[in-house]
Amino acid sequence: MQLKRVVVTGMGALTPIGNNLEAYWEGLKNGKSGCAPITYFDTEKFKTKFACELKGYNAQDFFDRKEARKLDPFAQYALVSSDEAIAHSGLDLEKVDKFRVGVVWGAGIGGLETFQNEVIGYAGGDGTPRFNPFFIPKMIADIAPGNISIKHGFMGPNYTTVSACASSANAMIDALNYIRLGHCDVIVTGGSEAAVTIAGMGGFNAMHALSTRNDSPETASRPFDATRDGFVLGEGAGALILEEYEHAKARGAKIYAEVLGGGLSSDAHHMTAPHPEGIGVVRVMENCLENAGLKPEDVDAINTHGTSTPLGDVAELKAISKVFGNHAPNININSTKSMTGHLLGAAGAIEAIASILAMEHNMVPPTINHSTVDENIDPTLNLTLNKAQKREVNVAMSNTFGFGGHNACVLFKKIG
Amino acid sequence: MSDIASRVKAIIVDKLGVDENEVVPEASFTNDLGADSLDTVELIMEFEKEFDIQIPDDQAENIATVGQAISYIEEAK
Repeated sequence: MQLKRVVVTGMGALTPIGNNLEAYWEGLKNGKSGCAPITYFDTEKFKTKFACELKGYNAQDFFDRKEARKLDPFAQYALVSSDEAIAHSGLDLEKVDKFRVGVVWGAGIGGLETFQNEVIGYAGGDGTPRFNPFFIPKMIADIAPGNISIKHGFMGPNYTTVSACASSANAMIDALNYIRLGHCDVIVTGGSEAAVTIAGMGGFNAMHALSTRNDSPETASRPFDATRDGFVLGEGAGALILEEYEHAKARGAKIYAEVLGGGLSSDAHHMTAPHPEGIGVVRVMENCLENAGLKPEDVDAINTHGTSTPLGDVAELKAISKVFGNHAPNININSTKSMTGHLLGAAGAIEAIASILAMEHNMVPPTINHSTVDENIDPTLNLTLNKAQKREVNVAMSNTFGFGGHNACVLFKKIG
Repeated sequence: MSDIASRVKAIIVDKLGVDENEVVPEASFTNDLGADSLDTVELIMEFEKEFDIQIPDDQAENIATVGQAISYIEEAK
């Protein structure tokens, strides 16, 4: 059977460097850091006292009080970003066949704050289990797409993918395949996360995963820099409207990119450490190229997973050199996590959006905060350091890898 | 209005996000005040907490209106 073509017709972003798509791009191209001291809770006893929180986000601007109370922040972010993406796509919800519209969302954790607060409440009591009836339905990771479908009446496939930091890339790839196979006309996809909480910061700190550069939060996320010391936790959401090409063309939709293919692999190595030879990471990029029907030399830009951890960044770049060979130095490689921090389950979505916007504007956002060369990194690679670079971008790749050894990769191509 | 009645009313306004003047004794949580089954459970739990009482499930089923909640709590206290 002939696979259908799949295009992106709408996007929405709620990120630490901008609360909508336009503000996000402004932040990306100007190399804005979203990192600052944590405001959500007292960090006195925490090793890391900073994160990339959303700025100026008020639930009351989007939800009435009763509604907001029943939505963990990760589900609120999902609704806000998907509403923006739906509006951006210009889809007429009265005209679409809602049985052929799905929501496939990504969340690495889900309602962590809800979980944490309910358990704190229980621990402070006399042992009587007085849990809130909304505890479970607020917390579960699949409630984000559940709420999106309830709001709009979308009755196609509906679920959440969970693969840690690769979650929303998995979601996009599933969405791509449903539409390719002709099962859906439109899928609202993306991901959201809201883990800047006591439990989230404490848990990642205990793993020694986070940067502890408390004297300079805004420069703490410094992928590829020799002095990088861990990732910076971020929060927010990204949403994309994936649509079957002929469906989009028939309604005269503006097309932002074609989703050419997705790759998936697993390290099968360690719960949190990357494979030292990067076998899974090499494989996922090769898979993705093959799935997209592209050659290595077709790729112009790669938004890396690049979390600013000592091991992961080097392993990924070595894998890129291996997959792309002589073409690797021609590619604009960047890590937008230098600006946004690491949005975990939402990372794949907001980074895919960054790749698509780079194609739209022919400008690759920078990897900020770079000052010290890492001798372990091939100096011929263009890491788009510190300043955005103008260039024609026709094909862009987005990598995301998750704890557990999950690797996902997506390729986008400019249309027209 | 009794102290209990005003505290019950405050909880309902807070949890259901309704206007204070809608919370009249004959108002039904589900039919008039927009509560779903989980909201109702939450309300009962809030009453238990606020008034330090236990409302067994079989009795909670009979508390469907604002007035019924107030009378139940007044008796239980």
